[in-house]
Order: sequence, then structure tokens, then C-alpha cells
Amino acid sequence: MPQLFVDADKIARARDLARSAANGVQAFIDRHTTVSIERTVLRLLGVSGAGTRGAPLANLMVDRLREAGVLNRGAAYWLGRALRASPGKDPLQAIERVAAHPEKLPPLAPAEEEQLREEMRADARAAAGELQRRVEQRKELKGSLKVGSFEGAPWKYVIVATGNIHDDVEQARAAAQQGADVIAVIRSTAQSLLDYVPHGATTEGYGGTYATQENFRIMREALDAESRKLGRYIHLTNYSSGLCMPEIAFMAAYERLDMLLNDAMYGILFRDINMQRTFCDQYFSRRICAFAEIIINTGEDNYITTADADEAAHTVIASQLINETFARLAGMKDELIGFGHSFEIDPAREDTLLREFAMALMVRELFPKSPIKYMPPTKHKEGDIFFSHAYDVMSDLVAITTGQGIQLLGMMTEAMHNPFLMDRYVALKSAAYVYRAARHLGEEIAFNPDGIVARRQRAVFDEALALLDEVAKDGMMAAIGKARFGDTARTPEGGKGLDGVVERAPGYFNPFLEILEGKA
Amino acid sequence: MSGEKEKQLIRPYGDRKDDGVIQLSFVLPVPISEQAKEAAALVAKKLGLSHVLVSAMEKAGEDYSFFVVYGRTHMQLDYNAIEVPVVLHRKHPFDELNEVVRRDLGRRIVVVGACIGTDSHTTGIDAIMNMKGFAGDYGLERYPMFRAINLGSQVEPERLVQRAKEEGADAVLVSKVVTQRDVHKEDARALLQRAKEAGLLEKTIFLFGGPRVDHKTAVELGFDAGFGPGTKPSDVANYIYYRLLERMGRAPAPQKTAHGTQDATVPLTGEKLGETL
Repeated sequence: MPQLFVDADKIARARDLARSAANGVQAFIDRHTTVSIERTVLRLLGVSGAGTRGAPLANLMVDRLREAGVLNRGAAYWLGRALRASPGKDPLQAIERVAAHPEKLPPLAPAEEEQLREEMRADARAAAGELQRRVEQRKELKGSLKVGSFEGAPWKYVIVATGNIHDDVEQARAAAQQGADVIAVIRSTAQSLLDYVPHGATTEGYGGTYATQENFRIMREALDAESRKLGRYIHLTNYSSGLCMPEIAFMAAYERLDMLLNDAMYGILFRDINMQRTFCDQYFSRRICAFAEIIINTGEDNYITTADADEAAHTVIASQLINETFARLAGMKDELIGFGHSFEIDPAREDTLLREFAMALMVRELFPKSPIKYMPPTKHKEGDIFFSHAYDVMSDLVAITTGQGIQLLGMMTEAMHNPFLMDRYVALKSAAYVYRAARHLGEEIAFNPDGIVARRQRAVFDEALALLDEVAKDGMMAAIGKARFGDTARTPEGGKGLDGVVERAPGYFNPFLEILEGKA
Repeated sequence: MSGEKEKQLIRPYGDRKDDGVIQLSFVLPVPISEQAKEAAALVAKKLGLSHVLVSAMEKAGEDYSFFVVYGRTHMQLDYNAIEVPVVLHRKHPFDELNEVVRRDLGRRIVVVGACIGTDSHTTGIDAIMNMKGFAGDYGLERYPMFRAINLGSQVEPERLVQRAKEEGADAVLVSKVVTQRDVHKEDARALLQRAKEAGLLEKTIFLFGGPRVDHKTAVELGFDAGFGPGTKPSDVANYIYYRLLERMGRAPAPQKTAHGTQDATVPLTGEKLGETL
């Protein structure tokens, strides 16, 4: 029975508006590259080590090229030139030599130029093939095991965040044994503002654990073993957000992660990262996610931890439609786009359950193929752990009844501390009970087409449509400048990371992008 | 003093007055078993509880057991003998702070922040100013009653002072991470000199933050306060609010506050904050 009470015409119009708003930005994206994109290309081509004092080689090389003003031709091009100029040399030294005096390099004959590109393309194809094989391994393991507690049950998602990857493994194994389907390793505070990815295994962090390729590998290996033992696949997720979206996406793909938090606007609004940078980076990172079949989780749940959840509900819908457009432009299938939203209306009000049902059903039905990610309450959480579990159970009930795909259970100790082992245990036990108890409830109930749920959906959608109308009229960047989302205004020249955005030169070369865009 | 008051003896209370009932839950790093259950009872007994009932023992993973335990304590205390420290300011939670700023100032508080000199380490200033905040504590940008302007890194003192003047800043937030050869102090002095010349010192609150900054040094340099590691945006927001009231001669009377609650006090110094890490 239909649980979406919004006119189909209005929905089609909203999608058109989101598309026209995103198209202008996409034209910008297609003319630019960023330091993080170029570092990712180098990493794909095997530049994965770190220099003295832990600085990643990819950073050292890209910084040289940017300082020399030649990054606009693409790092892969210069790596090819450098390896030709100094065969057998250490690649960093070779790049340094090239970047020291790029103007002194004799121009290549067109045939040589083409040969260089073909060589680099062959290397990129081989590396992408290896990446593909690793993704296949992940899919094979998942395909051989049970996924989720039963067909139609949301995946139970919990967080670990001890700061030490080895302790995280212990906590993650216990959570898996308790019934978790997804483990998220929360990152160390402010890692998203680092313009490099730290190297190696880490044992100290503040409020979380650094995302590094080695930490990804350690955790995935532990979860592979645990999955086999339990006969149930345990997913791993991390954060492709901040200044290193593409690199994290690449590392995650390589280390066989299943999901990534990845939003087209989150970094701009909540981290004051430059919008030109974020738009370019989200595109490339999503291209990687599409290639590696990584499910992304968008960040709309954050809007309603800032603004009032009841008043700002329409910004969630508008942003989801924009995220959908950007994700599709990056080649993502709907099955991989996990739109985010959350159960956040102030519990002191009446009929919040109906209003939450309205939102959850609307999101579910607007994006029927997507694995929707549903966040539990956080904004109105206080220190009473007993009430917190009761409050969360309401969101468990909405999740199972409305068929959400991925449900976060991790925030029972919000406003206190990161969840302890016992906090996750009680949350997982309660969620399992609610899913079991309400397994077929959603198939049995139909809401009154003129009732609170239906009216609420129509009102929220009308506001979302009006907002998209303004965004399409003003253009994405100007709309963000007017604080249309998350109550925050940002300018195209403001924020961090603008100096890492480079306009592509006519001969720009990116063999990884060619593969990801299906042009090679 | 407490001798003058009548004693009021109290105990925790579950069913019948003074029964001393306490409920607790915890995990032990052993698989569930009769031995584990006995261990849980022993934990409670060693905590001084009697009538111990292990009401739940559950498998919280192969190597972990989760317990819910009830017991009775025999301790009692004289409620009237408790002295609660009087602190200058109670720390307001997010919504409440916005409300009191609206009520007491009737306008948004303007804060301009930057990393000055050659410093490009914006992690500290970003953690305080950005929407996202730090360790679950929202940044100043997220407060509807604050206007937070983050100028970012490598800002020259002149530019910071000029911008603060243009914006009519109530507070200027300066962060320094690099402290080699005391370069942070030199830059800080230069800033305050410029501020003095521009006539900003009387009107504007100057705050200094960074991993090697403490309140004492900051005050010696001429700042209103210093904030060290572990400072949360809400600490800074509350501090600015109270300091503004103080300057208007409208600081609220000292209030009693409970010990150890999350919103107990506005830390008065950076040193104190460092200790809480």
C-alpha cells in the first residue's frame, strides 16, 4: 500500500530542479583537478610509501608539482616524464628533478607523447585490475555468508573509537558477536582537516582512531576472520570526507571496505572546507566508490542536529535529491547510495512518532532502491542511559517498520562518552528484539491519506520543492552562500583547501579518471 | 559550621526507606559461567554491598560477560554536612546559553579568530570555531547567538586587529601551535600592541589558545584568559558570555553547583583545563 502521500509530479519537478542545480557545478568539476585527486592517481600507480617524518610520498610529489605550477597537466603525466628522464631512479627524486625546471624539459614529439600516455594507461589499467580483484574477493566472501539478521532487517551499525586500532579490533569482534552487522571506526577528532592521510598503524587518537590504510587493513582482516567464524558478513565503514575524500575512497576500496560516509556538501557546511575543493573531491571519490561498489552514506542527519529537526526537515529532502544527482553524475547506482536521515524531533513534543514515521516513509519511498541510513537520536540525548535506550527503541521501531537499510545504534551514550562494550550490547539486544517483534508490521499498516503522516509529508515536500527552486535559480554555490543548508553560509573562495584546486590544462592527463569514467 | 546544623542522615533508597539499594551494571572480560557470576557478585561485595543479587549475566561476546547486579550499601551520610563549592559561573548547555545571551545581551556575540604569524596549524582554532566542534561539543559557528568569523592561518596581527574592528568584535581568539624559541609570545605581544594602538583593548576580550598555552602566561602577556589542550567550544562560549556581563557590570551572583556534573563550572583557567585531559 502506498505510504508516500506526495504528488508524483512534484517529485519529478524536484528531481529536475536538483539536476539543474548540480549541472552547473558538474561543469566546474570537469574543468578542474585537486591535490587530493592527483595524490590518489599516484597512489593507484604505486606511490604508497612515506618519507622521513611520515610525510606520504604522494604528498611530497604533488606538492613539488604544484609549486612548480605544472600540476594542471596531471601528476600521472609528470610521473611518466620523470621515469623516462631518469629510468631506474627513485620516483620522488625523479619527480623532484623534473619539477625543479619543468621549462627546461624538451617537448616530446607527438608520437613519444602518445607512447608515454599509453604506458601510463597500461600501468593504470593493471593497477585498476588489481583493485577490481580485491573488490571481487570482498564480494565473494560476502556472497558466501549470511547478510543481516534476516531479509528486510536493517543492518545494525555500531561505532568503535578507542584511539588504538588494536583495541578497536577487540571491541569490534565483541560487537560482531553481539549481533552487529556494520562496524564504523570513528576517526580522530579533526582528521578531516588534514591535507594528507597519516601512514601506518596508529595507537593514539583523540575521540577516535586515525583512518590510515594500514588501520583499514588490520580491521578488515579481523572482521574477515570474525565473519567466517560467525557465518554472517560483518561490514566495515569509515569516512571519505574532509580534505582527502578521494584518497580515503581509494584506500578503502583497496582494503575491501564496504561503506563510506561521503557527502557532497557536508565538508563545506560543517568543516568549512572550500566548496570548489569539495565538489571536485566528492566527484572523484564517488567515481571510485562506483567502481569498487562501495555503499556511500550521505550526511543529511547532520542538518537536523544543527537546526530544529521539525523545522528543517525539508533541507534533508532537498539535500538528498542533490546528493542523488551528484552521485548519479559520478556513475553511482542507486543501490549504492545510502541516503542519511535521523530520528531527531524533540522528545518533549507530542506525536513525534507519527512525524518520524512520515519522514522515514517519505525518504524510504523517494529512493526505493537505496539502502537508507537511519541515525538514532543524538541532539536531545542527555546523561540518562536508561532513558536513552528507551528513546532509541522508538527509532528501532520506525526503522524496521519503514524498511530502513542501515540503522546506526551507536549513539546511546551521546553527551557522555563513546559507547562502552555494555552500551553496545544492550543496544544490539534491544534492536534485535524490536526487529523480531515488529518484523511484518510495516506490511500490515496503512496510514490515513489525510492524517498527520500524510499532511506532514506533503508540507515538508512542498518546502523542499521551494528550497530547490531557489537553489536552481541562484545556483548551488550562491545558495550555499545564502545559508540555505544547515543554517551555514559559505563562499566559493572561503574555507580550507582552495589552494589545492587547479584548473586543468588542455593536455591534462588522468589515466585513472579515464578508467573510472569508462573512457579507457 | 556543620556542627551548628542538625544532622540529616541519608542512604540510597529503593523500596523501603534507608534500604541502601543500588543497581549497577558492568562487563567482566571472561566468558559467562558460574565462576563469572560469582566474580560479579564478588565485585559488588568488594564495593561494600550486601544482599548481592546478580540479576542478569549475559554473553556480550565470546570473551565478555555483561552483568546487572543489585545490592545494599550500609554507608550513610550527613546531608547537612555537605559543602558545595561556590563557583563564579555555572556553565550553560548549548540551548540555554543561546537563550541567556538573547536575554542578557539582546544581540549576537561577535567572535573573530585566527592563527597569527607564520602559524598554519588551524586544528585548534577550527575545533573551537567550526560548526562541527570538537569531541561532540558544537563549535561557535553552530550557536545561533554567536557570529563566528574564522580568518584561518597565517594571519598578520594588523589584519586580525583591523578585521576585529570592522566587525565590532566582542572577542578575539588567537591560536598558536608553533612555540619554537617562544615565537608564540612574540607574535602575541605584537598583536596586543596593535590592538592597543587601535583602541581595541578596552572594548574587546582577547583570548589566547594552544597546546603550550596556559592561563597564567596568557594573562602575563596581557590577554584576558588562556586556554590549553582539551578546551571545548562550550567552555570558550560560556567564558566570553560571562566576561561580557562582567564588563557591563552585570555578572550574576555566585551560584552553588554540584560536583562532577558535566555542566558544573566554566573553567577559569587554561591550566585547569589541561588537567582534565
